[in-house]
Amino acid sequence: MADETPKPEELIQIDHRPPKTDWMDVPVDIRKGMYCYASNPKSVEYLGLPNARQWNPLDEDWQLPENWQEIIHEGFKERLEKFRSFRVFMDICVRCGACADKCHYFIGTGDPKNMPVLRAELLRSVYRNDFTRMGKILGKINGARPMSLDVLKEWWYYLFQCSECRRCSVFCPYGIDTAEITIMGRELLNLLGLNIDWIATPVANCYRTGNHLGIQPHAFKDMLDFFVEDIEEITGVQVDCNINKKGADILFITPSGDVFADPGTYTAMGYLMLFHYLKEKYGLDVTWSTYGSEGGNFGFFTSHETMKRLNSKMYAEAKRLGVKWILGGECGHMWRVINQYMDTMNGPTDFLEEPVSPITGTKFENARSNRMVHIAEFVADLIKHGKLELDPSRNDHLKVTFHDSCNPSRGMGIFDEPRYVIESVCNHFYEMPANTIRENTFCCGSGAGLNAGENMELRLTGGLPRANAVKHVHEKHGVNMLACICAIDRAALPPLMEYWVPEVDVTGLHEMVANALIMPGENERSTDLRGEDIPGREVVEEESDIESEEQADEK
Amino acid sequence: MNLRYIVPLIAVILLFLISYLGAQVSGLQYLLGVVVPYLAIITFVLGFAYRVINWSRSPVPFSIPTTGGQQKSLPWIQHSKFDSPANGWQIVVRMALEIFTFRSLFRNTRMKLTQGGRLSYQLEIFLWVGALAFHYAFLVVLIRHLRFFTEPVPFFVQLVENVDSFFRVEIIYPAFKFGVPGVYLSGFVLLAAVSYLFFRRLFVRQVKYISIASDYFPLFLIFGIALSGILMRYFAKIDVTAAKELTLGLITFRPNIPEGVSAIFFVHVFLVSIFIAYFPFSKLMHLGGVFLSPTRNMPTDTRARRHVNPWNYPVPVHTYDEYEDEFREKMVEVGLPVEKMPEPAAAKTPASEPEQAEEKE
Repeated sequence: MADETPKPEELIQIDHRPPKTDWMDVPVDIRKGMYCYASNPKSVEYLGLPNARQWNPLDEDWQLPENWQEIIHEGFKERLEKFRSFRVFMDICVRCGACADKCHYFIGTGDPKNMPVLRAELLRSVYRNDFTRMGKILGKINGARPMSLDVLKEWWYYLFQCSECRRCSVFCPYGIDTAEITIMGRELLNLLGLNIDWIATPVANCYRTGNHLGIQPHAFKDMLDFFVEDIEEITGVQVDCNINKKGADILFITPSGDVFADPGTYTAMGYLMLFHYLKEKYGLDVTWSTYGSEGGNFGFFTSHETMKRLNSKMYAEAKRLGVKWILGGECGHMWRVINQYMDTMNGPTDFLEEPVSPITGTKFENARSNRMVHIAEFVADLIKHGKLELDPSRNDHLKVTFHDSCNPSRGMGIFDEPRYVIESVCNHFYEMPANTIRENTFCCGSGAGLNAGENMELRLTGGLPRANAVKHVHEKHGVNMLACICAIDRAALPPLMEYWVPEVDVTGLHEMVANALIMPGENERSTDLRGEDIPGREVVEEESDIESEEQADEK
Repeated sequence: MNLRYIVPLIAVILLFLISYLGAQVSGLQYLLGVVVPYLAIITFVLGFAYRVINWSRSPVPFSIPTTGGQQKSLPWIQHSKFDSPANGWQIVVRMALEIFTFRSLFRNTRMKLTQGGRLSYQLEIFLWVGALAFHYAFLVVLIRHLRFFTEPVPFFVQLVENVDSFFRVEIIYPAFKFGVPGVYLSGFVLLAAVSYLFFRRLFVRQVKYISIASDYFPLFLIFGIALSGILMRYFAKIDVTAAKELTLGLITFRPNIPEGVSAIFFVHVFLVSIFIAYFPFSKLMHLGGVFLSPTRNMPTDTRARRHVNPWNYPVPVHTYDEYEDEFREKMVEVGLPVEKMPEPAAAKTPASEPEQAEEKE
């Protein structure tokens, strides 16, 4: 965390009253801590995207192509013609203001241009000027303005302060989705090479190595091998780990973030243990892939085309390996892409089979066309059929709450499957207040490619509503663990918790599943996957059961 | 002074005056009572059709519904049918709830931040109540006005009138009479609701901040329409028979200006005409647009049924073969299976290598 990040007491002083000055007369102030660094030209070039060059958002000159206004205008026009959503959303907003205080960035910053309606007006104002007669005639009093460098900079600053979480679209009486507008706006910015590096470089990495982190195949294998060793140390079981195995039953794809950084790594270990268990007990053969070693898709935050280019690997790899269907790990925007875009972009999937769980016989009817099943659906089905031997008391020291990640919530609707799994593997589960979960859930503050280090203030303010709700259940029920089904959450929530609610830790669903899972031939477990003692099960102190339980409660 | 509402206010006042003064001149009566309404209707029909066709011409490349509830998945998990509709009739219900009850608006909450740094989100139903009152009052008024375009008056119009005038309000003094003929509630509700929507824009700071001229203009216009209507009915007591003769003449394409139509009637008709003509070029088109909103009218069965994008085009991809060519030796070294075994001492030079990012997902 950068040193200059304000303290929580300072950051919570938020003024939600807009200034007296008309918003068009407030010039954009690109402020440190709120923006991400500009894209690295090498990454832009690698993908063959336009205007690769070194540039700095703080500079006066953004080194735009000479005809940049024409590029934006033509790009705008093309997208109006290609996307009904864009055209309709440009036209029908009545500015009722219902969305205004629904955005976590507005709640956290008080900056009126973070009200979804005004974020959209940033584009709509140019749309009125360029594409409507009324706007052209009436000009500023009717919210129209011509495109200018200042406007462009404002677009860039605020379109990278939207995490495309869709919370506002739930409350809009016409279903206007700011995510859709941000997506279009970012596409336009990318026509001028105005991406942020936290998106551009992962995209280039993913294109080349198969994952955002740029992990090459041999290193990817090393990392999984490392987990295998850790698992053996904790459970005494040596798990199998298939990589790039042809003829496996199922291909498993998950975000590479979970292979790389804590606490996601424990979830990755959880997957390995689960697959081993299924192999031993039921003969199910699951393979990982290095070519398809990324579930996430930062192309989604660049342009539809880039999203499609990255996403193509999933089906290509499934086809090459000859698997029956694909299983997807815990991830947020990955699932929006898989659920709402993949089949349309890269289908049809005639080379795969309609997904059926070979263990329970359950047909996943809801995935019969795109043939990709969410692991929470898959595991919920296994647990419902009693196919997993579980000891939830191993998670007794955890008081868990569940953070619905934006994309699986409002772009997929997966709410009860993960809850069923959590309640099957741990005994203490508490919901956050109703207005902050399920379809009303708040973003972690770092979605849509905004989980960089340099914009920490933005992330902490944007994550405030989420942290505030966690704090509520922490104080009320002693919640000490925040579970989620998103790898960005697992990267973004720990610093957020550390800042606002330091007593709460972050976990993935399958870390808890694996902690509860009784593996065939395992040793008595004294520690969890993190190598921390499970209270009451420490190896040496056999008599101090009650005491340590009390200690756990205190925690 | 905020030009964003001053200009529309002046515009509506001017429209009022123009029509009021124009109605005094007999030659202009035909223009105000016949020509302008016809032009307005033509503009409305063509404009509305143009806008809807224009929207429909843009395809829906992706199925992007907002899933406001549990997806349809495993049979034992309760599917939220109307917030996450998976088939046609469920979408119809979702849309109907949206259009007739403003369901999304009903969810509205108000965020509050306390001194202690605690955020809360309370139910805020005033906007919903105001919007609902406004739209339904408008609808009732519209239906009532069918009386002026039909002979005999259909039963449902009479029914609506009877319900609308359920409450009797009569104030009868020699100097001031009100309530005869019977009071239609809808007109007053409309006036109240439109005032609420206006004052909301004026006094809720965030809403004021985002409001533009085209948000205020229709409100003033509707206020003017409702006001002139109420004046006519309860105070000016215009010659209704003459008015109906005029409107029936319009609808039967035998336009004429009968004797005894008062000026306020021309004001009313003129403002309505402006409203109708303005409609297709404004945000009022949300009436048509709400039906075409892809986040509401698309099914959530996107994994079960493939949605086709009409302009889906092939894109450059990084194939597995290209990938293996670059990393083959390293893969073989750690025992990862490969498609082609490496030729001994094969040279490889990747074009450019993006830098490794740290701790990214």
